[in-house]
Amino acid sequence: MEFIVLLKQVPDLAEELEIDADGTDLARDWLSYVTSEWDEYALEEALQLRDQAGGSVTCLALDTGSVDELLATCLARGADRVVKVGSFERQPASHVAAAAFAAALRDMPHHLVLTGVQAIDDLDGQVGPLVATLLDLPHVSVVTHIAVGPDGRTATVHQEYAGGVVAELEVDLPATLGVQTSRETPRYAPVSRVRQLMKTMEVGSVEVSADGGAGLVIEAMSVPEVSATAEMIAGSPDAIAERIAAILAERGIGKAAVR
Amino acid sequence: MSDDILVLVEHRAGTVLDPTFELLGRARALAAETGGQAIAVVLGSGVDPLVATLGAADRVIAVDDPAFAEFSPSSYQAALVPIVRDRSPRLVLVANTGPGMDVASGLSAATGLALAAYATGVALEGGAPVVTCQLYAGKIDARVRFADGRGIATVVAGSFPVESGMAAGSPPVERLGPPATDGRIRFKALLAPEAGDVDITRETVLVSVGRGVGEQENLELVEELATALGGAVSVSRPLADAGWLPRSRQVGKSGLKVKPRLYLALGISGAPEHLEGMRGADLIIAVNTDPRAPIFSVAHYGAVADLLDVAQALTRRLAG
Ligand SMILES: Cc1cc2nc3c(=O)[nH]c(=O)nc-3n(C[C@H](O)[C@H](O)[C@H](O)COP(=O)(O)OP(=O)(O)OC[C@H]3O[C@@H](n4cnc5c(N)ncnc54)[C@H](O)[C@@H]3O)c2cc1C
Ligand SMILES: Nc1ncnc2c1ncn2[C@@H]1O[C@H](COP(=O)(O)O)[C@@H](O)[C@H]1O
Repeated sequence: MEFIVLLKQVPDLAEELEIDADGTDLARDWLSYVTSEWDEYALEEALQLRDQAGGSVTCLALDTGSVDELLATCLARGADRVVKVGSFERQPASHVAAAAFAAALRDMPHHLVLTGVQAIDDLDGQVGPLVATLLDLPHVSVVTHIAVGPDGRTATVHQEYAGGVVAELEVDLPATLGVQTSRETPRYAPVSRVRQLMKTMEVGSVEVSADGGAGLVIEAMSVPEVSATAEMIAGSPDAIAERIAAILAERGIGKAAVR
Repeated sequence: MSDDILVLVEHRAGTVLDPTFELLGRARALAAETGGQAIAVVLGSGVDPLVATLGAADRVIAVDDPAFAEFSPSSYQAALVPIVRDRSPRLVLVANTGPGMDVASGLSAATGLALAAYATGVALEGGAPVVTCQLYAGKIDARVRFADGRGIATVVAGSFPVESGMAAGSPPVERLGPPATDGRIRFKALLAPEAGDVDITRETVLVSVGRGVGEQENLELVEELATALGGAVSVSRPLADAGWLPRSRQVGKSGLKVKPRLYLALGISGAPEHLEGMRGADLIIAVNTDPRAPIFSVAHYGAVADLLDVAQALTRRLAG
């Protein structure tokens, strides 16, 4: 079985996000990036599935000039191959990214294409379904459990709904799946190994011509006024606790109220 | 081309789901502005009881076929694409749920209509939709237009009042013949969650804890605080994923919707999927080290502090 994983880097939310001078994008100069959390789950699932069903895991990323560390990490975790797709100055819109991946996958054997269920950095979280439609593959989003059938022609997956309810779906392969979580915490790749692989790894590359846009016009971005409605409590932990206890007592909430 | 607003009806086990009513209410208001109709599109098997609850729509388009007894991404897509192509509506509204994500982006790819996801607001300007979307897990808002004036929006649950779309009445129903279905994805079963030790939807006090707690051992401090408050511990998704507490304690989009008298959010960033499950709580107090955490936008009180310090201090205070 040939497993494909699509991965991308996204800004690290632990850092403060600021808007650029135009007001339509993030100020990107000082941003630090991390691998999109859900892509880590997708990779872990692919590795687990390969170890069960045999075959290989190929990781694809759009070449934005800064994906070497991401790809080296994939290899360090156990991927068999890594490939850069196209050549982009920055992350393109989802429709463009999907067209590039679809073009690359046309010439690459694939039984299961795994993406993260979504990435935090754009307006859709839908590259997977777009790729699927372009390649005429079935697609399931929000998948938490993947089992490949014994004949390798179908997969049984769980799709999550509200309230902890899940649907069990059977999907014909080849297919694309948007992964919500992996069966195990994504495995760790030692930093030293990643560093070493960055020097020695072989990276495949696929030329694609992709253009067009998502058809969306971003008029403005803003940082929401987060504490506009909240009353912020300042002070030491004890002072904060004191104030919270007072708020609760006032409203008759908790055991404190009874006492 | 039309000025209609299409709403995809999501239903499960014979009931139309709340997010659909939110969208219907909004669609009705928008259609009144565009001069088009608010049209509910329902795919199902034996749809009459569902249609009877769609009084807020001006019109219903129904596909009634055993193939739609349960949701399948591929057959929904096969049925919806021709409907959207034929009507060319001003806007298609889809709930930002698992099935909604599948369907909306497939539609976007197949029809060429642009898609704005994670919408929390939808308005019209000069007759064209303007959508407010959440990016970066709620840390950034974006105002977006569709380049050609029409498109698809997936809307976060809780963005509009449910009641506005719950109206009696029997709108005219247009029934479409059995469409081409696509059987590459087959529904097998609906699996109910395992019952938990605690029913967090019934607790009046929830001490809810997220990834900010750091280590599993630290949960003990949180348990102590919950006990001191006479409540229970609930969690954000990553803690349930890690198996630190059962899934039945998870609050949010794929977890449970809770409405306690007190929701004390400790080390939870407030991603849109989490807020969906708790924004209706009577009193929300959030503790987070990041002053920009989106949880503070729904909190009544907030403190920028280390949750472990505050949890311990509050437990001590309540004991003493
Ligand atoms: C389809 C789908 C469904 C989902 N369903 C759900 C759902 O039902 N429920 C849910 O919760 N999520 C859900 N998610 C996941 C959601 O997108 C977020 O990833 C998740 O809510 C983040 O959890 P968190 O806030 O605990 O973690 P993070 O986002 O990592 O936030 C941790 C927070 O802790 C703070 N912090 C760190 N250290 C400390 C400290 N010492 N003291 C105080 N604060 C600290 C940080 O500043 C940060 O704000 C879903 C996602 C998808 C795609
Ligand atoms: N530029 C990209 N490079 C690699 N993978 C991507 C890229 N964009 C999207 N993906 C994949 O598609 C998923 C959904 O992303 P998105 O649609 O951008 O939210 C991601 O989690 C990745 O698996």
